[in-house]
Amino acid sequence: MTDIAPTGRGALEKREARLAWGLLAPTLISVALVVLLPLAAIFWISFKPVELADLRVPEAEAYERLRGDIEAPGDSAEISYRLSNSSREVAVTGVTLRDTLPVGLEVQNIDPRCTLEGRELFCDLGDFEPGHREQMRMDVVAAEDFTGPLPSLRDTPAEMVGSASSDLWNATFTLENFRTLFDGGQFWNVLGVTLFYTVFGTIGALVVGLFAALLLNKSFRGQGLLRGLYLFPYVAPVIAVAFTWVILLDPFSGSINALLVQMGVVNSPINFFGERPLALIMVTVFEIWRYFPLSFLFILARMQSIDTDMYEAADMDGASPFQQFWYLSMPQLLGILSVLFLLRFIWTFNKFDDIFLLTGGNAGTRTLTVNVYEQAFAVSNIGAGAAVAVVIFGCLILFALFFFRFVSREEGL
Amino acid sequence: MRAVRYGYVTGPLIGGLWGVVMAVVIAVVVSFATGAGLRPVLLPAFAFGAWLGLVWLPDGGRGMRARLALGGALAVVVLAVFWLFGLPLAGAAETGLGVMLVAWLLCAAAVLWPLLSMLRPLPFGVATRHEFEDAVIRFLTGFGYIFFTALVAIPFYVMVMTSLKSQQALLLNPLDFSLDLERGWGLFRSYFELFGQFNFGDYLLTSFFVSVMTVFITLLFSVPGAYAVARLRFRGRAAMGRSILLIYMVPMIVLALPIYIAFSMLELRNSLVGILMIYPVTTIPVALYMLQGYFRGLPAEVEEAGLMDGLSRLAVIWKITLPLSLPALASVSLYVFMIAWNEFLLAFMLLDDPSKFTLTRGVAMLNSSEIPRQHLMAGSVIATVPIMVIFLGLEKFMTKGLTAGSVKG
Repeated sequence: MTDIAPTGRGALEKREARLAWGLLAPTLISVALVVLLPLAAIFWISFKPVELADLRVPEAEAYERLRGDIEAPGDSAEISYRLSNSSREVAVTGVTLRDTLPVGLEVQNIDPRCTLEGRELFCDLGDFEPGHREQMRMDVVAAEDFTGPLPSLRDTPAEMVGSASSDLWNATFTLENFRTLFDGGQFWNVLGVTLFYTVFGTIGALVVGLFAALLLNKSFRGQGLLRGLYLFPYVAPVIAVAFTWVILLDPFSGSINALLVQMGVVNSPINFFGERPLALIMVTVFEIWRYFPLSFLFILARMQSIDTDMYEAADMDGASPFQQFWYLSMPQLLGILSVLFLLRFIWTFNKFDDIFLLTGGNAGTRTLTVNVYEQAFAVSNIGAGAAVAVVIFGCLILFALFFFRFVSREEGL
Repeated sequence: MRAVRYGYVTGPLIGGLWGVVMAVVIAVVVSFATGAGLRPVLLPAFAFGAWLGLVWLPDGGRGMRARLALGGALAVVVLAVFWLFGLPLAGAAETGLGVMLVAWLLCAAAVLWPLLSMLRPLPFGVATRHEFEDAVIRFLTGFGYIFFTALVAIPFYVMVMTSLKSQQALLLNPLDFSLDLERGWGLFRSYFELFGQFNFGDYLLTSFFVSVMTVFITLLFSVPGAYAVARLRFRGRAAMGRSILLIYMVPMIVLALPIYIAFSMLELRNSLVGILMIYPVTTIPVALYMLQGYFRGLPAEVEEAGLMDGLSRLAVIWKITLPLSLPALASVSLYVFMIAWNEFLLAFMLLDDPSKFTLTRGVAMLNSSEIPRQHLMAGSVIATVPIMVIFLGLEKFMTKGLTAGSVKG
């Protein structure tokens, strides 16, 4: 950046700065709400023993009913409230009930916890124990001026208010989630799988992309068409291509297995996404397949900006094609290759959809991101899932620090 | 290294390898097209290619007669290999002779034709390093085109063809992707069923609505922000540029968990409003980053002239900057549209109600053992075709968008 923040404190500078922040405000607010707030939340949850079921906040419930017929003045009936606490584990405290009684009814006896002012009923019901249930009854009689028909009780639903301490909000913090996460060899296994996937997926996508770029770095008819075709894997929805691969490689009716058996390469079909080391390799191959178009695109763009005079001069000096590639092209491509490596490394590390759709994290393909989902939804331990997410975020901060130290000197990103 | 740099060594070697490659390719192509069982036989394929590689070497000073004698002698060897091991392509018992003949002819042509061009730089005798590498590169190039095209095209071909077949036909012969044209419109049965019984028409509309709205909201937020970062001077501008990049590195799965919790509590799950609150925020940082780069490249003088003429900053953005950056806006819009259209994770976590599904969520629903797989593939085709049409139609803008923002995803 050529110009830096103004040092002057003049009115003009102040106005410009105010305008800038004003223009940025919508972005900043939305990002704060959807990125920073959840990030803070994930740290909070990771120290909490919360399960998926705990998300439903316990509350006091009332079910009101009228027993008996009221058709003429003097008829009597009973209004009953069935009261309960929806949770079997947590108490609801300070429960109150508010209701409006229908016109034309006179209350005969009232529960001692309640008061009636006009038609407004108010009851202070105290605390409900976990799993608490009771019936509260009132006898009513139709008043002298009752003409009917009686409006339904449900027209004025009873309002229940009470507060329950959810594990999500109280002040108990525990390191339990992290302890179980790091306990046992499973975490290191997951980390190993993640690193294998990330390192080989990134390098593979770069190398394959480099080959594809070399292939198309000349002009011929149909070059644009091929370039478009080679970008397909990245442009298509992941869900479509992932399911296609699953069906293509299916051990029972997949075409690839049929082809391999038919050609005599294997004797019996291979379960590509179901066997232990193979599934991880296949998932990595899928990652390479899906993301080589990106490195291909970047590398090709860089190649086409290299001055051709250089190659002509090298040709005159008798350099062979391989020498030209190694000594002339590669040094020019190193910058873009390293930037691509860093960015793709981070993005592959963050990848979730692909593995989730291909194997669901089974057969030794559980990476950190899949582990978040697995813990939070399959095991329904949200706290544990959040703890994994915190670990991912920690790794990310490390990468980002490295990235900014390294890349800001490189391509000026 | 020098030892192999004789035309009569390199030529047959390249020819033999090419023969093997082509035998495999033809076997796969014919199998996929007709369902016939075909198998490449590697040794005869190599021998055949090697023989052609020798015979078709350009004249390197040797007399015609000597070459004919050599070629003829070796032809006997090749025929002996054929007699011992069979032809380069072998068929299964039920494969008809007609199919085999076509396959053999195709294979012979596919080996011969490209070899002519591959061996052109190679002399019969000693080759210079340049000539040798040239021939090797021509071979690798030919191989590369086939390899990459197969790699990309096969999954898409299988996706489309599977969607047109019936479950029984697929189980009977997984290699058979030929179309039974007698079925007429019946070929598209799974599509009719998806649109008729599975509400895919609604999902298509929902996906379009969500993607277009995401593009719109993203531009609304990111254009002013990008302009501020690119043009205006204020304290914290450099830090802002970096934070944008940093935010766009935060993985979605980390955010998805708290968002799921919050949406459950606020009852925003199963609502498109909820989806539209999240999708744009995942794309705003990318769009902002792409646009600010472009805005910075625009000449500031035009805008300053506008300011001099009494336009306000906002009017300058609206009347000068935006018209000048239409190509960039198109690229960004297409890229954002693609992200929103292909998004799967959030739709999967936040939408449970089949009446509110986006297309990707709808396809995920088809992944069940009770639904035949041609429906799953038909759903995949429905999800893929619109984005492919847009991509191929507006390739120039799309590739610009990809190169500018595609480190994401």
